[in-house]
Amino acid sequence: MASFKPVKVQTIPKLGERVTEDTLYWKNYKAPVQIKEFAAVTKIEFSPLPPHNYVVTASTRIQVYGPHSLEPVRTFTRFHDAAYGGSFRGDGKLLVAGSEEGLIRLFDTGGRVALRQFTGHSKAVHVTSFLSDGYRVLSGSDDLSSRVWDVASGTELNSYTEHTDYIRAAAASKLNPDLYVTGSYDHTVKLFDVRVGGSVMTMQHGHPVESVLLYPSEALLVSTGGRYVKVWDLLKGGQQLVSLKNHHKTVTCACLSTTDNKLLTGSLDRHVKVYNSSYKVVHNFDYATSILSLAVAPDDKVIAVGMTNGVLSVRHRKHTEEKQEVLGKRRRNPAYRVFIKGKNYVPKQDDFLVSKTVKQHLQKHDRQLKCFQVSKALDTALEIWRRFHKPEVTVAVMTELNRRGTLKNALAGRDEQSLTTLLNFLIKYVLTLLNVALMIRLGDSPVIERLLQRLMELLGREAELQQELLQVLGILDTLFASLTPRKEVTGPAVPPIMQGSQLQAA
Amino acid sequence: MLPSKQRLFQERPAYFSKTMFLLCASGDLVKVFSTSTEECVHVLEGHTGQVTGVILNPTNHLQVYSCSADGTIRLWDFIDGILIKIFVCGWPIFSIYTQVSKSVFVSPENFQLVALHLPKVPEQEVEAREMSAVLCNISSNPGSTAMGRGGEYVASVMGRQLTVYFFKKLKTYRFSLKATDKKGAKNAFTCVACHPKDDCIATGHEDGKIRLWRNFNQKKEYTYSTQHWHHDAVGTLCFTTEGMHLLSGGVESVLVQWHCEEVNKKDFLPRLGGAISHICVSPDGQMYSTSHLDNKINIIHCSLKLSAVIQGLVKGNIWTDLMIDPRTRALVMNGRPGHLQFYSLQQDKQLYSLDIVQQEYINQEGLDQFEVMRAAFSVGGTWLATVEERGRCTSDLESSLKLWVYNEKAQSFELNTTITAAHQDRIMHMCFSPSTETTMLVTTAWDNQFKVWLLGLDSDTQKEHASWSCDYVGSYHGLQPTNCCFSSDGSLLAVSFKEVVTIWSSDTWELLTTLCQPPGPIRELCFGRLSCSKYLLGTTAKNLFCWNLLTCSLEWSTPMDVCLLRSDPLSENVVAFSLHSGNTDLFVFRPSEPRPLFTQKAVCGGKVQRCVFSPREEPLDSCDERFQWLNRSRLYFLTELMVPLLVDDSVAVTPFYLLLGKHRQQQEEKQNSGVSQAADRVQPPQASVAIKELLHTPAHVLPAASFLCSMFVNSLLISNTGKGKEPAEQVEESEKEEDDSEEEMETHDYEQEVRTQGSVEEAPPLLSKAEEKELRRVRKTDFSWVTNLASS
Repeated sequence: MASFKPVKVQTIPKLGERVTEDTLYWKNYKAPVQIKEFAAVTKIEFSPLPPHNYVVTASTRIQVYGPHSLEPVRTFTRFHDAAYGGSFRGDGKLLVAGSEEGLIRLFDTGGRVALRQFTGHSKAVHVTSFLSDGYRVLSGSDDLSSRVWDVASGTELNSYTEHTDYIRAAAASKLNPDLYVTGSYDHTVKLFDVRVGGSVMTMQHGHPVESVLLYPSEALLVSTGGRYVKVWDLLKGGQQLVSLKNHHKTVTCACLSTTDNKLLTGSLDRHVKVYNSSYKVVHNFDYATSILSLAVAPDDKVIAVGMTNGVLSVRHRKHTEEKQEVLGKRRRNPAYRVFIKGKNYVPKQDDFLVSKTVKQHLQKHDRQLKCFQVSKALDTALEIWRRFHKPEVTVAVMTELNRRGTLKNALAGRDEQSLTTLLNFLIKYVLTLLNVALMIRLGDSPVIERLLQRLMELLGREAELQQELLQVLGILDTLFASLTPRKEVTGPAVPPIMQGSQLQAA
Repeated sequence: MLPSKQRLFQERPAYFSKTMFLLCASGDLVKVFSTSTEECVHVLEGHTGQVTGVILNPTNHLQVYSCSADGTIRLWDFIDGILIKIFVCGWPIFSIYTQVSKSVFVSPENFQLVALHLPKVPEQEVEAREMSAVLCNISSNPGSTAMGRGGEYVASVMGRQLTVYFFKKLKTYRFSLKATDKKGAKNAFTCVACHPKDDCIATGHEDGKIRLWRNFNQKKEYTYSTQHWHHDAVGTLCFTTEGMHLLSGGVESVLVQWHCEEVNKKDFLPRLGGAISHICVSPDGQMYSTSHLDNKINIIHCSLKLSAVIQGLVKGNIWTDLMIDPRTRALVMNGRPGHLQFYSLQQDKQLYSLDIVQQEYINQEGLDQFEVMRAAFSVGGTWLATVEERGRCTSDLESSLKLWVYNEKAQSFELNTTITAAHQDRIMHMCFSPSTETTMLVTTAWDNQFKVWLLGLDSDTQKEHASWSCDYVGSYHGLQPTNCCFSSDGSLLAVSFKEVVTIWSSDTWELLTTLCQPPGPIRELCFGRLSCSKYLLGTTAKNLFCWNLLTCSLEWSTPMDVCLLRSDPLSENVVAFSLHSGNTDLFVFRPSEPRPLFTQKAVCGGKVQRCVFSPREEPLDSCDERFQWLNRSRLYFLTELMVPLLVDDSVAVTPFYLLLGKHRQQQEEKQNSGVSQAADRVQPPQASVAIKELLHTPAHVLPAASFLCSMFVNSLLISNTGKGKEPAEQVEESEKEEDDSEEEMETHDYEQEVRTQGSVEEAPPLLSKAEEKELRRVRKTDFSWVTNLASS
């Protein structure tokens, strides 16, 4: 004797992004906090030391924010023109920034006045950075030169003018104090070695380079520019590893997350994309306007994004404690031992075993279907909770009734209210879930009539939409057909057809 | 070699004896099953026609009477499986009822109930002609007649009339019902049962009502009470031994136990299988058994607990191809509704039934339910693809493609992927790619497309769950694809679109070439195997074509109406069934040459619908050239009637065939006229030249018998293909034959052979090594005494 087979509830796979661990991780951020700056935010950088303050460069100001405060902890307003590229030293105590006038200023994060001022660039300095020994500063400027400055003496140590266009991107190696990478609008990325006194490697990005980034292992280099993000393998002599084209406008910034070194890129198309280790997009953040700068806190707690309209958007990670609170609120289920109580007892040799049949647990609608109570089963399926939270169950019961040929019986003799709920349900889900033609016999009632008309309208609209879609499909087919190269079909197929046609003609 | 050619269980099948054994009629055999182990303990062979009834001897519970359409009643000792007596009646018997007083009631031809006195004589075979008619014009259904309390009366129903005949008073009472009552219910009787201890008759009706009749020994003052539970006709009724309960069953497949004392109380045992056709109770009342139309017997304890299930080959509508499960070598085809059955041909037993649809089956007529329409196995048997459909007659077709993976731990198939509406229209054909690297499935459908499905591991969701997805959709000039077939290495896919065969590369899904041979659409496609893998075979209504794929040209073609084409997976051979003037001819050939290796005209009547090659466990090494194609596998096929599942196993010829050919033909003609048995006739195949010589030359011209003897035995040795039932017996008989041809013994043996065979072809004896030695010894011994005999 077979047991009753419950109604199969067909779950429809959700379209769109797949839920993976990565997406779950990156979704786990709070709603962004918006801070208005005076002008476009061109650079954001986090301090490598806790509490991970971050420096934001916008207009003539350089401001340092604490990780949780919305007010700046410190503000540097010594620039007469726009400031650029504010960045921390490795110990987070010093800060360097370039400016539109060509000056480079060095600040103490505790003080207010510039400690040093490096002069020498004839045009705007867009990028500045400390080399990893902390005693030297590198800068890249619109006067085509990149220079290395000594912090102690405030003098220029090296100057290289190998680029043929503005230098807008630079990154210093963290492992070797003598290496740094610059990217320029001349479409190249160059690796400089101070010991050699010039560039040791040149990579053709193909587009004006907006930012460069070194992986912590420093074997891989990321450059962004145009719509492309390119990853280069430095150990293989600058071979291109991968070229990504996921943005549809210029990619302006890139950074790495600390866990798993996921790559994040921000673009003028107002998206921040997160890539996994095989460089597939796993998550996407949307913003209101074009993105100029992007930074992730060293423990992934904060994502800060600067935009062209001067808004600094800060997302904080949800705390794990909050989750635990939610868990604590949930009703505690009985312990495991309650369920296995007595079940793992092994009968002894002379025990008399009386077996009890295990009762099959059935849902309410299944129980009613088992007893052929079709009308009640439909009522159960249309209960409020089930209707709203599990519409697929309702649909499955309706389909099952249709299969049994008892849908008419189940619908017979219903009053206006139950018919209204049924029709409302149909109107809500007719386009998404239902795929069965359900025949309905109804009485006369103005409410019901109105609902039926709405249902008709909806169905008519859906039919029109389907027709339009078919038209689009036809257009696409012709496009594809013209795209694929024509191929001659070889084979002896022709003569028999000829014969056939001749025969037909005869 | 397939006893389940007949339905395993007949209409009145199951009779208990001491709750230990269950007897049931199966074709012309009576099978004895053990109720505890579900195994077949004995097979009572002997009837030459369909066994129509089995009943325990009321005086001796270790004996059983069986009646058959061949006009005999046989008495058996079923514990040891011995035939005790044969009563020859001379009329086909359709049912049997007994009474304690020595006479047996049978209902022979034109449906009369007659009392037959069984004479008490010591001989084994007895003529029993002494009969007297009891009731005329009774229903052909054996369930519509029943013996009452201790055989005092007999009740029979026909149409809307109940007839009760009292033996002692020699009086007949008739009670009839109106055609319809007020509510328009159908009142016709369907079955009857009599209370064993009380004067009470229960009748079942077409509208599902059960009436209990009392006081029926009066013309006017009879009474009846009505019970109603069944929603459809009551199929069968049965009282328990003590008369405490009444059991009823019908199409609903629910066993209902009515309490005779408390009328409104009833117990149910639902979902037993197919429609219940018969219920019986063991003599001590401990066990019930229900037999179902889907060839199944349930043995149920009296507390309504299922204790055992005996399941035969389910023969319903067969939509799927016949398939062999590569893992278990079981035959796979449609079984119970919505199921696939795995039937072991070696053990002649159902291994298991796989639930494909996974929906509650509603036992109601006229409901459009899901059915398994197509199924295919991957080469290793790891994957199974099934297609189920609903709404075939109406326009809204619902179908889904399901892919099942074999789970080693659970030892069964598990659902992996369900694709609803895989195609917009019906799926016509599907096949798996034989290549081991990729797991690929191709489906062709009426929506003018063929689709390629691939098993893909999802790298993003870090789960180990692989699922199937569509990889490529192909079409050709909007034509409807019919067949698809992969080459043996899986690199090429051939899809036929009406008259055109298209060849696709399975790596890039490029259309490589098209082959066309009008007129007429392509019916079947098949690639050659092994050394012939460069050939592609196709059939149309008029021709059989063979293309060479290296030159892309037609290699050969022959005018022939091939209805079925299959290639043996283990050899190059291809078998083609061709319909020719009502009979089907069998051709075996290699694609490399247009000459057939083997032909047999008129293998069976009617069209062959399905066939399958089943690999043998160990290949035979037959020397006979004609039957070498059967060395590695057997060929099973299914004809149009869907009834006989025939086995064309080693169509070899023994020397005795010609000797006995005539006799057998006569026998068969008798059978055919007697019973409407769909036995298929075969022209006797031609024997070897040596035997022809031996049998056709006049005796006086023949050389000495001693010289012939060795030749004779030699020819026996050659044809040792196949397998017989009792090889030892066969050898003995062949020896006997040499000495003195005992015609009678032989014929008897051959009758048996024919029946067990299933098909009418001969199975030559399978000789074990010892037996072969024995035969050689016989060959070498001096047969001069035979010469003496001959000369004397």
